[in-house]
Amino acid sequence: MALSSRHLLGLQGVSKEDIQTILDTAHTFREILERPIKKVPTLQGKTIVNLFYESSTRTRISFELAEKRLSADTINFSVSGSSVSKGETFKDTIKNIEAMKVDMVVVRHAAAGTPLYLTKISNSNIINAGDGTHEHPTQALLDMYSIRQKLGRLDGLKICIVGDIAHSRVALSNIFGLKTMGAKVSVCGPSTMIPRNIKDLGVEVIYNIDEAIQENDVLNILRIQLERKAREYFPSIREYAKYFGITQERLDKNGKDVLILHPGPINRGVELSSEVADGSNQIILYQVTNGVAIRMAVLYLLGTLN
Amino acid sequence: MKVVLKNVDVIHPDEKINLKGVSVLLNDGLISKMGELTKNEIEGVKEFDFTGKILVPGLFDMHAHLREPGREDEETVTTGCNSAAAGGFTGVACMPNTEPAIDTAEIVKFIKEQASNHLVDVYPVAAASLGRKGEIISPMAELVDAGAVAFSDDGVAIKNSSVLRRAFEYANMFNAPIIEHCEDESLADGAMNEGINSTLLGLPGLPSVAEDIIVSRDILMAEYTGGRIHIAHISTKNSVNLLREAKKKGIKVTAEVTPHHFTLTDDAVKSYETNKKMNPPLRTQEDIDAIIKGLKDGTIDCIASDHAPHSLEEKESEFQFAPNGIVGFETTVGLAFSELLHKNKLSIEELIKKLSINPRKILNLPIPKFEAGALANFTIVDTNLVWTVDISKFKSKSKNSPFDKRLLTGKAIAVVNRQKMFFEDQWIDLSGA
Repeated sequence: MALSSRHLLGLQGVSKEDIQTILDTAHTFREILERPIKKVPTLQGKTIVNLFYESSTRTRISFELAEKRLSADTINFSVSGSSVSKGETFKDTIKNIEAMKVDMVVVRHAAAGTPLYLTKISNSNIINAGDGTHEHPTQALLDMYSIRQKLGRLDGLKICIVGDIAHSRVALSNIFGLKTMGAKVSVCGPSTMIPRNIKDLGVEVIYNIDEAIQENDVLNILRIQLERKAREYFPSIREYAKYFGITQERLDKNGKDVLILHPGPINRGVELSSEVADGSNQIILYQVTNGVAIRMAVLYLLGTLN
Repeated sequence: MKVVLKNVDVIHPDEKINLKGVSVLLNDGLISKMGELTKNEIEGVKEFDFTGKILVPGLFDMHAHLREPGREDEETVTTGCNSAAAGGFTGVACMPNTEPAIDTAEIVKFIKEQASNHLVDVYPVAAASLGRKGEIISPMAELVDAGAVAFSDDGVAIKNSSVLRRAFEYANMFNAPIIEHCEDESLADGAMNEGINSTLLGLPGLPSVAEDIIVSRDILMAEYTGGRIHIAHISTKNSVNLLREAKKKGIKVTAEVTPHHFTLTDDAVKSYETNKKMNPPLRTQEDIDAIIKGLKDGTIDCIASDHAPHSLEEKESEFQFAPNGIVGFETTVGLAFSELLHKNKLSIEELIKKLSINPRKILNLPIPKFEAGALANFTIVDTNLVWTVDISKFKSKSKNSPFDKRLLTGKAIAVVNRQKMFFEDQWIDLSGA
């Protein structure tokens, strides 16, 4: 069991077999997480750096936990802002870290393409933990794993991603991964938040949330960024909540037992009502637990490859 | 000093000259005779054999950034001129986005002074507004007196229509064109062309309509004021079409295109390589097709490099944060010949017009004359020379080119101007005994 690449930069171009391998491996680690002693010696002696150039709590903790469960030595390196503002170039930072003999780098960065750039200047295995509005592959993998566990398959399922598609790395990774696994993917959100060329990716566009609920088996609800920049794309939070927010009433009205995912953190009362966020359709915390298993699987598969 | 350039073909599209295998006798850098030479005439004269090569009026690059004053670590007037000469240019126009901007007579004179002993003629394009801020028009009369040949807020479009109008009206007193970097600032918050590739790469997009809107605005204002507009580095299909219509109506509009905008598409950005980052960004094949059509039918007048040196450390960064621009002097001719001449898009005469005659006409500069007594100002090209771009051999101080290791067919091999010759990496003084 091995992957065809020594890095995980994104899900674009990753084969069905590789995704299958990661999901199956995650399943064995998922079982370990239920044991009283949740640790295996698999990556003992390996050093992993969590290089976070953008603030993150849950993804970083999830990776760190996965690394510790695999007995790797972990180092957290967090900087806010770009290397430009920091004085030292990004390349110099990487060269310095690598000079300390690390094996793997988990990287989160505000600029798209940074993980690919890292593969060119570093010999470590690179894992993308989110690059700009490009990809966030482990999030999409844990979403796919969670769906597969709940509904038994991915092939042929109808899945709609709801929210700010244009500025979401979660959306893009989900689209690539789900399409590879044979799911039918659509997106739903305000038209200002849907990329002009999204249809070229083989994705259907829906502007009506009720229609999205009726026609799909799964809704993956993205977090709406509340800061000013994102706000320019829709008139008000109130209007967004009214026309794109998922409420229990809406779910009942459309009479469907749709599975609801959310990568977190949730804006209660905006994209999800509290009732839905705590309700029976959602699997939000289940996703969080699976996230550790998925990251263990990725680290294990890449870390033992060479 | 007398030299003879032997057995060279001579093409001057503006003077309808097309000669095969003639000799050109120079005396102290002036043309003495062009044609058959007698034994007597070449007795003891230093000879250069240019069999199979073509001698054309000196090439002119009307869009370059020489970075002096301000960023001498990236380029100076001297190193920029060396690079231009190596690329086959005998004249360049340099843009005003220096630090400080070229908005006073002193800076125009300073730049001209820096270039005064060089083979390459340097003509500053001055800022259209003070500090390129788009608020108050620059002292255009003084700038023209000092040697400025056009006005531009290069790097950005002139901010608002009111300043644009005044710039047109004022510059028109000197028949000087306004050169515009056409981009609507409110739509310009991106790192690459907006399209399927920007979606796939997760990079913020620069939509083509940002260019088209300002091209439309500028054409309308040129028509209204009677001013002259020159569109810098045109990159979109719609802009080419707008330009074609404007020319039909007799509006005083001209345009240039860079080699990268007719050679590369935004597919090239897939590597996130920062030397593929420029503004305007690389567009699509559809845009390239429209640009080549525009070059063929005369809608696009010139080919210009937009030579934009950047330091390695600035370019060695995340794509989104890297500065825009690439060096171009030393690859422009090779790319133009490879992509346009050898792919049968333009004839050699059309290429010489776009690389030498038209830019000088737009800037009201004299066209080099091929007659006895005229200053020898020409470029010798080998259209069939196959060579590989090697950035380490660039004369430019900066090496930020996306074309390193690219195989090209066609190159400028020598330039002559101001009683100097540059050939085989040697500077030859033609004035001395």
